[in-house]
Amino acid sequence: MRMTGAQAIIKSLEKENVNTIFGYPGAAICPFYDALLESDIKHILTRCEQGAAHAASGYSRITNRTGVCVTTSGPGATNLITGIATAYMDSIPMVAITGQVRSDLIGRDVFQEADITGATAPFCKHNYLVKDAKNIPRIIKEAFHIASTGRPGPVLVDIPIDLQQEEFDFVYPKTVDIRGYKPNYKGNMMQISKIAKAIENAKCPVICAGGGVLSANATKELAALAQKCQIPVATTLMGIGAIAYDHDLYLGMLGSHGVYAANYATNHADLLLIIGARVGDRAMGGASKIARTARIIHIDIDPAEIGKNVDASIPLVGDAGLILSDLVNITQKGKTEEWIATLTKIKDDHITRKTDAKGKEGYINPRRLLSMLSEIAEGNTVFTTEVGQNQIWAANHLRIKNPRSFITSGGMGTMGYGLPAAVGVKIGSPDSTVIAISGDGSFQMCMQELGTIKQNNLGVKIVILNNSRLGMVRELQESKFHKRYSQVNLETNPDFVKLACAYGFKGERISSDGEVIGALHKMLADDEPYLLECIVDPEEPTLLTNTR
Amino acid sequence: MAKHTLSVLVENHAGVLSRVAGLFSRRGFNIDSLAVGVTENPDISRMTIVVDGDEHIVEQVSKQLNKIIDVIKIKQLSESDSVRRELALVKVNATATTRAEIIQIVEIFRAKIIDVSKTTLTIETSGDLEKLDALLDMLAQFGIKEIVRTGVIAVERGNKLISE
Repeated sequence: MRMTGAQAIIKSLEKENVNTIFGYPGAAICPFYDALLESDIKHILTRCEQGAAHAASGYSRITNRTGVCVTTSGPGATNLITGIATAYMDSIPMVAITGQVRSDLIGRDVFQEADITGATAPFCKHNYLVKDAKNIPRIIKEAFHIASTGRPGPVLVDIPIDLQQEEFDFVYPKTVDIRGYKPNYKGNMMQISKIAKAIENAKCPVICAGGGVLSANATKELAALAQKCQIPVATTLMGIGAIAYDHDLYLGMLGSHGVYAANYATNHADLLLIIGARVGDRAMGGASKIARTARIIHIDIDPAEIGKNVDASIPLVGDAGLILSDLVNITQKGKTEEWIATLTKIKDDHITRKTDAKGKEGYINPRRLLSMLSEIAEGNTVFTTEVGQNQIWAANHLRIKNPRSFITSGGMGTMGYGLPAAVGVKIGSPDSTVIAISGDGSFQMCMQELGTIKQNNLGVKIVILNNSRLGMVRELQESKFHKRYSQVNLETNPDFVKLACAYGFKGERISSDGEVIGALHKMLADDEPYLLECIVDPEEPTLLTNTR
Repeated sequence: MAKHTLSVLVENHAGVLSRVAGLFSRRGFNIDSLAVGVTENPDISRMTIVVDGDEHIVEQVSKQLNKIIDVIKIKQLSESDSVRRELALVKVNATATTRAEIIQIVEIFRAKIIDVSKTTLTIETSGDLEKLDALLDMLAQFGIKEIVRTGVIAVERGNKLISE
C-alpha cells in the first residue's frame, strides 16, 4: 500500500499493537502528528518531553508492554535523554521516536538539529537514524523486537522530516532477523542442576531478587522456589513486589537504605542466589566481601552482568522464569529451619522497634503515614515514587503485595520520575488506584505534568512529603559533611495545595499525625486527581541509626 | 598489563565504529589499537582490537561488545594460534651520505622505499610488532620525522574461520 513515511510510522505502531503513545509535537515531527489524526492510537500530550519518556516508562511497567514516546528534533529529543537513560538503567522496554531535520541538512547545525543517535548511544539498547524511508517499517519492527526481548531497554528511532513526507509502498516484515542479536532464554541444564545441589547443601541460603524477576514475570516461580526449599528472600529496590510483603520468607529490601534483616541475611549467608539483579553499589556494595564467605549464584538474562560487579561461583544466563521453574522441579529442600528461625526473630525485633518511632509535634511521621496509606489503599493500588527520602521511606514502609505495583527509578535515581510515571500507570491501568509519593524537591522537577493529569482527567493521587528541604542530600551533609548544609533549603516552596487547585485538583494540607487517617480516606474517596501535602520534620532521617 | 587481540565482526553501517569506540571510553577500557575494514562479505566489517588489561577486563570487554546490536561475533585470538601483521609508513631523514646506509637497513628488514626526496626517504614496512620495533630502532639514528601505523590486524592460523 502506498503511503508516506509518517503514515508508515503509524501503521507500523498499529502493527505492533500500540494503542497509546506519549509525546510532544514540534516542527520536525509535524508530518507524523498530521498522520496521527487519521489513527485510533491515543496520544497523551505531556508538558515536557521528559515527562513523555517517564510516562511511557510507567505505562510499560504496569502493562508489561513496550512504552512509546514521540518528540520533535533538537531540544525535544534532548529533553528525552533523562527519560531514556532512566529506562535503560532499569531495563524498561521503550521505543522513542524523534523527528529530525531534513536529511540533506544533517550536519549543518540547522535550527533544532541535534545528533540524538550520537547523544543517546550510551543510554539506549540500540538506536537508528533512518536514511531511507522504505526502511521505516523494518526499523520499527526491529526497534520493538530489541526493546522488548532479552534484557529489555529503550530503543530510539530518529526520522528526518523529508523521509516522513516521502511516499513508498508499505510492507511490514513478518519476522525479525538481526544476526548480532539472539538473546538466550533457556538456562543451561548442567548449571541448573549444580544450583539445585548447592541449594540442597546450604544451611543459610538467601535469595536476592531484583527487577529482572519482575520484568521476566517470574514472581510465581520465585515464590514457589522459596516456599518449596524454604529460602528467605530479600529484594533490591527494583525487586520490590517480586514477592508479597507479607510472605513469611520475605525479609525486606537490602542495601545501604534497606532493612536490617535483609542485610544481616546477605552478610551471614553461606549461599546467595542473585536473580535478575545487577549487584549495584546501593544494593550490594559489599558483594565481593560476601563472596569470600558465601557461594554466589548469579542468574541473569544479560551475560555482561555476570562477573561485572561480583564473581559468581555458579553463573547462569537465561530467563528468570524458565530457570526458576526448572529449579522448582528438581531442587530438594535443604536444612534451613535454624537459619529461618534466626532471621524471623531479627525481622520481628526490628519491626517492633520501627513502629515505636513517634513524630514531632506539628509534623507528620512519614513512616507511619506510608504504613497507613498502604493499609487503607490495599488492593488494586500502584505506587510510584520520586527520588530522595520519599523513595526510601516508601520502599521500606509501603506494603507491596502485587508485582509491578511499586514503580520507582532505581538505577538512575531520577528526581521527577514519579509524577509522569504515574500518568503512564494510570493510563495503562485506569482501574488501579495510582498514588505518586513525592518529596517537595522532586515534585517540582516535573510538576508541570499536573496539566497532563488534569487534561486527561486522570485520578492520580499525589502525596507530597514536604520538609522544605532536599532531604536526602541534607541527610548526607548531616552525616558525612559535618552538618555543613549547602543548598538544600527550599523554604520558598509554593503553596502546593493552591497550586493543585490552580490546575483544578482538589487537595489538602496536613501537619499532625491525628489528621492522617481522615485525610487519606478523603483522598481515596473518588477517582479524581488529588494532592495531599504532608508537612514533615526537616530533621526526619531515612537512616534511623544515624540519629539514635 | 597483558595485551589481548579481539577480532570483531560488525555490521558495515555508519555509526558502528563510534558505538564500539564509545563503549571503550565509557567503561574505562583501554584500546591499544583498532583497525577496521570490510570483509569478504561487503555487509560486514572486521575490527581487530588490541586491548590492554587482565583476563577479567577482556571478558568484560567481550561481553559488553556483544551487547552492541551491530556486533555480530567476537573472537579472542591467542598469540600462538594466530598470524598478526601491522603496516607502517616511516618518513626518515636522509642525506646523500646516509641514504645508502638506510637503503641497506631497509633491505635487511625486507621493507620498501616508496618515496624519496632530497632530504627524506619514506619506508613501507609490514610485519609483527617485534620486527617493526626493531626497524624503528635502527632508523632512529637518522632522525624519524613521521610514523604512521595501521594498528595490528590478525587472523587465525590454519583452516579455522571466525564465522564458524
